[in-house]
Amino acid sequence: MSPGTIDGFERGYRRQQAEKRRRTLGFGLLLAAALVASAIVGQVDLARLATGLPQAWAYVWGTIPVLRVKTLGADLGEWYWGLGYWLRLAAETVLMGFTGTVLGGVAGLLLCFPASRNLVQGRALHFACRRLLEVARTVPELVYALVFVYAFGLGPFAGVLAIAVHTAGSLGKLFAEVNENVDPGPIEGVRAAGGTWAMIMRLAVLPQVLPNFASYALLRLEINVRSASAIGIVGAGGIGEELYLAVRQFEYPDISAILLLIIAMVSIIDLGCEAVRHRLIGHDALRMV
Amino acid sequence: MAEATIAAAELAALQAAHPRLFRRSTAERARSWGAWLVFFALFGFGLWWIDASPTRIWGGLSKLGFLVGLMLPPSDGGAAWDFAYALLETLAMAFLGTLLAVLAAVPLGFLGARNIVPNWIFHFGLRRLFDGFRGIDTLVWALIFVSAVGMGPFAGILAIAFSDVAVLAKLYAEAIEGADRRPVEGVRAAGANGLQSLRLAVLPQVLPLMLSHALYFFESNTRSAAILGIVGAGGIGLQLSERIRINNWDEVLFIVLMILATVAVIDAVSRRIRMAIIRPPARSG
Repeated sequence: MSPGTIDGFERGYRRQQAEKRRRTLGFGLLLAAALVASAIVGQVDLARLATGLPQAWAYVWGTIPVLRVKTLGADLGEWYWGLGYWLRLAAETVLMGFTGTVLGGVAGLLLCFPASRNLVQGRALHFACRRLLEVARTVPELVYALVFVYAFGLGPFAGVLAIAVHTAGSLGKLFAEVNENVDPGPIEGVRAAGGTWAMIMRLAVLPQVLPNFASYALLRLEINVRSASAIGIVGAGGIGEELYLAVRQFEYPDISAILLLIIAMVSIIDLGCEAVRHRLIGHDALRMV
Repeated sequence: MAEATIAAAELAALQAAHPRLFRRSTAERARSWGAWLVFFALFGFGLWWIDASPTRIWGGLSKLGFLVGLMLPPSDGGAAWDFAYALLETLAMAFLGTLLAVLAAVPLGFLGARNIVPNWIFHFGLRRLFDGFRGIDTLVWALIFVSAVGMGPFAGILAIAFSDVAVLAKLYAEAIEGADRRPVEGVRAAGANGLQSLRLAVLPQVLPLMLSHALYFFESNTRSAAILGIVGAGGIGLQLSERIRINNWDEVLFIVLMILATVAVIDAVSRRIRMAIIRPPARSG
């Protein structure tokens, strides 16, 4: 290798390095500018962070109750003094998540077929369904909850409705995406045999997409149980309402007790959904053979 | 040409020989019927529990129609600049919250990766801790931090950081576990110590993915930051809940539309940056 080749190689390498450094510097400056602007608008500086973080930590730490080894039973009993009531609220939260998911899932199922590009001829219907799903999905769930609490009164009904609307939007979109990837063969078959549009959807499309739909619906159930626990904060039922009271009245041990209960509840639902999902997918994988 | 139809006797013989192909076993059918029964019973019970009676639905719907009538046309009520500033505050909360979460999640992600810390008890414990944190909604964190550090955007920033750090750490740990081993061995062979091999062999592999996850979280955090104000944690949510409280529904719709527009813009910009990070432009030379 001649020295000239090596020189050229080194020059090229240096040029690349310089360009990379420029890019990194550019992104770094952008990040720094965003950081400064956010800190000003968000009224945060290092001093605030330095005092605030320990403050927050002390608060979280303060919610942990005193548990002595000698009187563990009594201490636990005192900590979870409202266990029966809280368990009932947790069950209500899960029920809210479930009912909302089913209602929203059915609505999403009905809307997903006209929202799939490959399944409808009329562009107007397709466009309308797409926009409807978009609105249902992008408005935050909590905004729906606030409006529904106003219209339908306090309680879990408003919460379930808010969850259902949001679920219809997000599941409808996911379902439509699954629909757009179906094998067109069965569709042509049913159409050739004289099937109507509804028959094509039922006999050619649905069997192909059902396992995916079920999987998405179960994932959504996990998310919805989690948000059902928060939605009570605006008065829409579930365990969030009780947590809100505990925080507002500075009942420190109650806060940690309810939070742990929520974590346990969500974990159990997650595990259950995962088990069902694996079973469904396994079942169908077997039947395909 | 051979006879294409199957004789009835032949069909019966096939059915007798392979009953499972024609009909699911009784136990299987019972199980699936049972599952559907439980499903519908639970759904029916849910509807009963939340008191979904037709009169209530009808009454609520007519009230909802009335509200929609009040919302139209949307109006800013002369406070458009206040709303814009509150939206900026929301964006700032999302940005700082995501940044804090990322800063905490990078070391936690390394600790939680099985190929970096091979102790399985530690790994299992840390992962369960991440899962536990994930179970609590951002709004619940916001409620707690408003109580801990007072009202304002700072509580929102902490809420976003706390609710994201666990999920991000888990994603980062998975990215690190998926990293190629060979660069690590190469750097080790050249005499690097543990920290140097992390910096020179693992980090370059996972950094683009980490950045892309961070941007994705920023996107979703602008959505969640928009509602945190409802519990007093700053941003546009505070304006929104105030307008609902005093029944200015035309302004409510205006704020919601502003949120939707902002989220759409952030999504589009962030998606472009994400694509640029994952697939850097081909360099000439």
